[in-house]
Amino acid sequence: MAVRLRVNPITCAGHGLCAELLPERVRLDEWHYPVVSREPVPPELEPLARRAVTDCPALALLLERTR
Amino acid sequence: MTSATTMAWPAPAVNESPSLPRLLPPGALDLDGHVQAYGPLCYSGAPRELIEEIRAAGLTGRGGAGFPAAVKMTAVADRRGRPVVVGNGAEGEPASHKDRHLLWLAPHLVLDGLQLAAEAVGARRAYLYVHGHDWLLRGLGRALAERSAARWDRIAVEIVAAPPRFLAGEESALASRVGGGISLPTFKRPPVFERGVGGAPTLVQNVETLAHMALIARFGAAWFRQVGTAAEPGSMLVTAHRADGESLVSEVPIGAPLAGVLDLGRQPVQAVLAGGYHGAWIPAAQAAALPLANAALRQAGASLGAGVLAALPADRCGLAETARVLRYLAAESAGQCGPCLNGLPRIAAAFSALSRPGAGRRYLADLERWSGLVAGRGACHHPDGTVRLARSALAVFSDEIEWHLAGRCTAEPPAGDLGSAGEPGLAAVPFLPLPAGDSGSLMPARSRHGWR
Repeated sequence: MAVRLRVNPITCAGHGLCAELLPERVRLDEWHYPVVSREPVPPELEPLARRAVTDCPALALLLERTR
Repeated sequence: MTSATTMAWPAPAVNESPSLPRLLPPGALDLDGHVQAYGPLCYSGAPRELIEEIRAAGLTGRGGAGFPAAVKMTAVADRRGRPVVVGNGAEGEPASHKDRHLLWLAPHLVLDGLQLAAEAVGARRAYLYVHGHDWLLRGLGRALAERSAARWDRIAVEIVAAPPRFLAGEESALASRVGGGISLPTFKRPPVFERGVGGAPTLVQNVETLAHMALIARFGAAWFRQVGTAAEPGSMLVTAHRADGESLVSEVPIGAPLAGVLDLGRQPVQAVLAGGYHGAWIPAAQAAALPLANAALRQAGASLGAGVLAALPADRCGLAETARVLRYLAAESAGQCGPCLNGLPRIAAAFSALSRPGAGRRYLADLERWSGLVAGRGACHHPDGTVRLARSALAVFSDEIEWHLAGRCTAEPPAGDLGSAGEPGLAAVPFLPLPAGDSGSLMPARSRHGWR
């Protein structure tokens, strides 16, 4: 089952680690907050996506199943 | 407050002619008057039965989103766990008065609806969440005391006061506040209908929606559909700000001509704001031909929202009016989400610059970019609604923007003539209502102060 990234914009504090780990799915806006792609994360990127989720200092990133 | 109640009262009994108003009596009704006008409260006797009648009536939420009421009720009733019902009367929008108007004139209709909704979804706890105006809290306290003395209610209703913030009535902010927290929006995962007040499945319905339910329970779905359109049945409350400065709360059939509701044609109007401060501007000529229904308004890029309409007189600058509202909306951001916290003040400031004659063209590019950056990136819809208003103003007042870039405002005389406070193009008194005492600060309330 495919997964995609989602950010909790309230807990996100704009550390930016996600964009460094996964530039394929996350870029930073001009205020350094992540713009997260709603595209599914391909299997080869999943390990990096999971690392982005666990490494987020604010625990603001989550992976959700696409329907 | 004034009410445009030109038609016959009291409300019709079953199968009588579809006269309006249904919800707004000419004066506040106590419990005796309420029973005389509408008859006794009719419980259906079993959970969910009323939901089917509401589904047949086609009632949609009157708080702004217009979501089908029966779908929401079914979703709550289907959850495991004892649900909670909340009547939402916290209209934070400074241009909307219809909920407090209804709560003052017909509190028992709303409270009947709350009891019926609780029966329908099987709730044993009910709340009424309203702005903490003294006069309103006193009136509602009186109404609850009357019902208690008459043993009118099956379950107790607790009144919870909402803080005077634009976002206080947002569903997740409401769930947080009613649950004892502060009224800030939350990251809705899972949604409020699944896990709201105190973690219970929570049905949140606007107070006008509840009042319609109380009438549907009495008179039935067919009666409800005697006014309105087939796709959007029933009547709705509107707060109409007319070009002559008059503001009225009235009840109109959905599909009524917008020109009549706003009394267009009596004086020159350049644009109509539909759906309030999260709504959209429509050019006057286009608006004058539209019926008051989402099917038509959505084609014009607008929607009914919570029924706020404003006709902007020709001698008012739409850019200046929008700039002021955007400043207010930026200051009303909860300041919790980065894109909203950063984007809204910038959008408001750029719009403010654009509202002054002689502004530079670069602001247009900034506004375009920032609008794209904040839309869809908040925990609630505040950035989306704010951007909708800004974008519609850029489109509808595009000619005026060119004049401003060329150094002139065609709508308002130069500042000196009006004695406005050093801001060319900004008249001293706003046409669109904003809360008094606004300091004009663009600083969102990041502190937790003021959200209780």
